[in-house]
Amino acid sequence: MRPLPDESLLLRQGRDIGWSVSGKVKKGVTTLDNVTTAEGIAHAEHGHDEHELSFLQSYVFSLDHKVIGIQYAITALLFLLFGFTLMMLMRWNLAFPGRPIPVIGNFLGMANAPGGIMLPEFYNQLGAMHGTIMVFLGVVPLAVGGFGNYVLPLQIGAPDMAFPRLNMASYWSFFLGGVIMVASFFVPGGAANSGWTSYAPLSVLALEGQTWWLIGMIFLITSSLLGSVNFIVTTLQLRAPGLSFMRLPFFVWAQLVTSFLLLLAFPPLEAAGVLQLMDRVADTSFFMPSGLVTGDGPLEISGGGSPLLWQHLFWFLAHPEVYVLILPALGIVGEVVANNTRKPLWGYRVLVASVIFLGFMSFIVWAHHMFLTGMGTTISTFFQTTTMIISIPSVVILSAMFLSLYGGSIRYTVPMLFALAFLPMFGIGGLTGLPLGLTAPDIHLHDTYYVIGHFHYVVAPGTIFALFAGIYYWFPKATGRLMNDLLGRIHFWGSIVAINCVFMPMFITGLAGMNRRLYDGGMQYAHVQGVMEWNAFMSYGAWTLGFFQIFFIFNFFWSIRHGKKVGDNPWNATTLEWQAPSPPPHGNFTTPPEVHRGPYEYSVPGASSDFSMQGQAPEAESAKV
Amino acid sequence: MEIPYTVEARPDTGLNNVKLGIWLFLASEVMLFGGLFSAYVLLRMGAVDWPLGSEFLNIPIGTVNTAILIGSSVTMVMAYASLKLGDFAKYKGYMAATVLLPVLFLCIKGYEYYEKVQHDHLPSHSTFLAIYWTMTALHGLHIIGGIAVNGYFWGPGSKMWHTKPAMFENRIEAAGLYWHFVDLVWIFLFPVLYLL
Repeated sequence: MRPLPDESLLLRQGRDIGWSVSGKVKKGVTTLDNVTTAEGIAHAEHGHDEHELSFLQSYVFSLDHKVIGIQYAITALLFLLFGFTLMMLMRWNLAFPGRPIPVIGNFLGMANAPGGIMLPEFYNQLGAMHGTIMVFLGVVPLAVGGFGNYVLPLQIGAPDMAFPRLNMASYWSFFLGGVIMVASFFVPGGAANSGWTSYAPLSVLALEGQTWWLIGMIFLITSSLLGSVNFIVTTLQLRAPGLSFMRLPFFVWAQLVTSFLLLLAFPPLEAAGVLQLMDRVADTSFFMPSGLVTGDGPLEISGGGSPLLWQHLFWFLAHPEVYVLILPALGIVGEVVANNTRKPLWGYRVLVASVIFLGFMSFIVWAHHMFLTGMGTTISTFFQTTTMIISIPSVVILSAMFLSLYGGSIRYTVPMLFALAFLPMFGIGGLTGLPLGLTAPDIHLHDTYYVIGHFHYVVAPGTIFALFAGIYYWFPKATGRLMNDLLGRIHFWGSIVAINCVFMPMFITGLAGMNRRLYDGGMQYAHVQGVMEWNAFMSYGAWTLGFFQIFFIFNFFWSIRHGKKVGDNPWNATTLEWQAPSPPPHGNFTTPPEVHRGPYEYSVPGASSDFSMQGQAPEAESAKV
Repeated sequence: MEIPYTVEARPDTGLNNVKLGIWLFLASEVMLFGGLFSAYVLLRMGAVDWPLGSEFLNIPIGTVNTAILIGSSVTMVMAYASLKLGDFAKYKGYMAATVLLPVLFLCIKGYEYYEKVQHDHLPSHSTFLAIYWTMTALHGLHIIGGIAVNGYFWGPGSKMWHTKPAMFENRIEAAGLYWHFVDLVWIFLFPVLYLL
């Protein structure tokens, strides 16, 4: 009886000063007195952290990890849509080369698509920006910035991130980087068109858009640096009492390892970016070899640089980046699978060990992207070996997830459907990567559509499906409402069929030798004529996929206001975030959480319900009280 | 809402948030300069000929600058130690020196740059000069950052000493760690560029 009145007062005050996605600050039923008291307490405790905030302070320049997480998520979703749109345009030209794009073609401008027919230069811009936007502005910000920010502090029982201001700076740095990237479409010559990998010397000779790309990247790298320091400190320092490392939810482990990858892998790309910027603006020759001749004759540069150096520095980031893309997704799938099978994740300790090992190994496999650059067979052999080794923990994780399904009473909720689809899709993506990691088959397969198929299986029906699972799963936490189930199922079934129509044929065309980066889909090449008809098929797949995303977009916005209202723990989950109110108030928890058990205590024999929440005291003790 | 362990150390990790954060930041900085030093090694290994640093650079001036930066590291330690001993006046003095010495460093560096420009020894001249300009300029930006931070803690930021002394000490410790790192980068840069 004793603590009840205080608690409910706290709860109400928490709600008053909190926020809700529906766009209005809830005033609730409390009197003005109560509100001022809450503010007064806040003032007394920590003067800088006022609670009655203006609209700008609570929704735009907010320090609250939940608002920042949602800002990250929505910005990233918009970028994902934008990047996908670029690809849908490109797919038109691949399916019907030389034909004008209907309707949209008229708005692309004379410099890009005269008469609605896409120019090769414009196709290259779209290709480079599709990759850049999807990786650096879409998936990573959604997986790490969005889910990491929103869920991680809740799952470890923290009131916020360790450095709220750095957190805000991280978002705005990301936002600026994104604006610079998009703005580069409008500079003379258009956006960067040297591929998302920006290989030198092509990129050094490219037009102005490349400079914008480099500056945009420096902002994005700064953002990820601020974010990753914050995540690591938060995870290590702000865990609730009793939350030992082996009680951390798998998602938190995945985010922690991801943050280390971002922290340590991104700076070399920043170094490379600075060097390339110098090559472009100060006429240095870091990446420019001697004796380079272009269409305008020999270049007047000092020479002596190394194009390979760029590739080394770039892939030193970009391979760990692959794991940055996939680890948070594995974390989300782990949460969703455990929750919907109603049993613990299979081999939690092995999963954690595998993730850590994966993180270490990801730093020493980068040159398998460079087997055909002439760096030498000895180096290639080394990287081939490490690449085969890194596939082991990946397989361990995937197997553990599959084994978790065995014997579970599976609930086929929408998040679970996406998580279940993730498993085989990521499996296909991973297994098709093995031939690429071996030097001999890579000779045939490199730079073909096979590669595109491989990494898209990992990232698109892999990571992005996992991210959808995460959105459907945590949506009720952020809004207090469920997303519509029927629309979710339409979205899922439409997407899973369409996305396979896009990427499965890529293995066929790739094995036939169709090159990537050809703007006409390989029309001029005799050896791919037999598989050319797949181009149109894949394009129809991509547009169908686009169509089914409309169900998601509508569902997302509609459910914010009209979704079915649910309590704090609609999925009967065990981890700490479900102990907080939905949506959680500023400061997250109404009573400071304390952890008494592991993260996935589902269907514990002898327990009163089929889930025991982490914050729930052992039953014997609670019975005594 | 109060974020825990901003000042006092968390018992099981033995660290406060600030200290852990600054060390992680420095780890990332190590990778940044590590990337540049690796680029230097790779470019030099692949070069047909590579000049001795002394052909372009003035070793005595570089030595003086090295001494200045090491001196500022010493005053930084003294400033922190003075705070720990509770002597705020001494802290102010040492911190002033920590701010002024790198300003002197930058003036000397500026003179060196000026001399290079006079002789047309620009980054586009050769890969050696390119990496010299890039790395020293990036280091110079770090110096400017350090001057800004230390200047703030000498001036307006030092008011915190009177309200939250423990927090202020932590901040100075973090600023000091960063400052020592910047010096350390120079201690690598000087022999690599000037002497080797």
